[in-house]
Amino acid sequence: MTEALQTHYKIAPASNETGYKSYEAGSFRFTRDEYFVSIVWPKGAHTMAADGFMRAMMRTVAWGFFYGTLSYDPVFGTTNHYGIVDMFAGTYHPVFKENGRDHLEKFKAEDLLELFRDLVDDWTNEGYDPFAAPGEDDAGQPWGRKNGNNADAVTRIRVTANRMVGLPGDAEVRTDANGFPQNRMFADVSSDRPLVEAEPGFEGEVAAFNLYDYLSRSDVTWNPSVCSVVKESLFCPTSEEFILPVEHGNDRCEWFVQLSDEITWEVKDKNTGKPRSRIVMRAGDVACMPADIRHQGYSPKRSMLLVWENASPRIPDMIQSGEAPVVAVQF
Amino acid sequence: MSEYKTVFGGLNDFTPGGVDAIDDNPKNYVFSNVFDVASRSAPYERVAVGKNLEYVMEALRAEGQSPWYVCAHDEFALCMDGEVEIHLVKPDDADALVDPDSEGAVVLDEAPDGRKMGRIVLRRGHQALLPGGGAYRFEAGAPSVILTQTIQGPATVERWAEICQSESRPAA
Repeated sequence: MTEALQTHYKIAPASNETGYKSYEAGSFRFTRDEYFVSIVWPKGAHTMAADGFMRAMMRTVAWGFFYGTLSYDPVFGTTNHYGIVDMFAGTYHPVFKENGRDHLEKFKAEDLLELFRDLVDDWTNEGYDPFAAPGEDDAGQPWGRKNGNNADAVTRIRVTANRMVGLPGDAEVRTDANGFPQNRMFADVSSDRPLVEAEPGFEGEVAAFNLYDYLSRSDVTWNPSVCSVVKESLFCPTSEEFILPVEHGNDRCEWFVQLSDEITWEVKDKNTGKPRSRIVMRAGDVACMPADIRHQGYSPKRSMLLVWENASPRIPDMIQSGEAPVVAVQF
Repeated sequence: MSEYKTVFGGLNDFTPGGVDAIDDNPKNYVFSNVFDVASRSAPYERVAVGKNLEYVMEALRAEGQSPWYVCAHDEFALCMDGEVEIHLVKPDDADALVDPDSEGAVVLDEAPDGRKMGRIVLRRGHQALLPGGGAYRFEAGAPSVILTQTIQGPATVERWAEICQSESRPAA
């Protein structure tokens, strides 16, 4: 591990052969070809298929490194320390670790994010949408030599309501008219609206919206958006299809409510990756991911998942000191 | 090929999954089902189904009229089954009813004096703001289910051992 904050960033010109730029952050180097992404660090190298890497990198950028650890696979990933980010290879893989082949460097989050944004833009070809599930008609293909880009797809802004979706001046509801048709797998979801009768003077406080309709019109997968806020308690519902592109390692307890259909979660030990549990969640099910695990979800049909976060920045330190629990509730 | 069917479940139509613990304690996941909890609750018991330090999610069986509640901060109500009507009132003296620094919903003994704010009718999937400093009452003609987003307060009921999965259970 290198404790010093890395300041070396480099974007190398496009390869004559593939057309893709290559990238350096600290001593990590990223290149891609028609099918694969290569990651090289001083003590090793790693190869990933371009589709899985791009889906994971897209979430890293869209989520701003999110909470905790984003493992692209058992070897490579990032850990968010909120302002500072670890980038690692093999750090949470027992064999890499035991053989001294692991490597971790620290970066200023905003600087690394800027490099990753450029990478996502350059490595996304025309027609390919790394936010889409591969079965969607407009998902496109990540393969091949450099061929245009898809800036509209990769620069989507993650919705973060200040109070609640639909309130005046807050995040807008989604409709056909503003470019959000229902997804093919949610065509049977009702678009009816709640009845709202506000007395004069209370129009901004007497409010409701159709959350299920809102989710049925999401044009992204595995991208939790803040829809309602109680202080640091955030309801972040999302539509899910295919596989969560990362193994998400928790730095706090994170709750799920399965609003529709079914997701299977593979849960592993956060540090070693050893299997711990397999959880099947169906409509109405509630479960908490403890703060010492990593999890990855599989959604065979597009489903609605309510992710519930406590966004307090104090929690990782509170867990470290024992002030906050690793398991949300003891009974 | 058939059309896709979205499964939402309901008070009389739910099939929970479960925790298959491989090398783990299934209790770690605090696994329950909102519809199952509501099916076994008295009307308007605010049963915590999620807890993250001071914050909670509560499952409510909505049936008939609820008491009036007041809360110092915003809360939200998501109707997950049935139909629920919400009446909102701005109390003339909210601070006398609830400490403005307090957390969680407080049950009132009677309807508060104040200005009528409005009325909302939620059906499945609809989410309403319960604005901080306001008083509200739920009403449901038939058993329905509400999930709240709030902070643990005097009206919150905790009975984790009764509602949560304790033994490893591979989902059928």
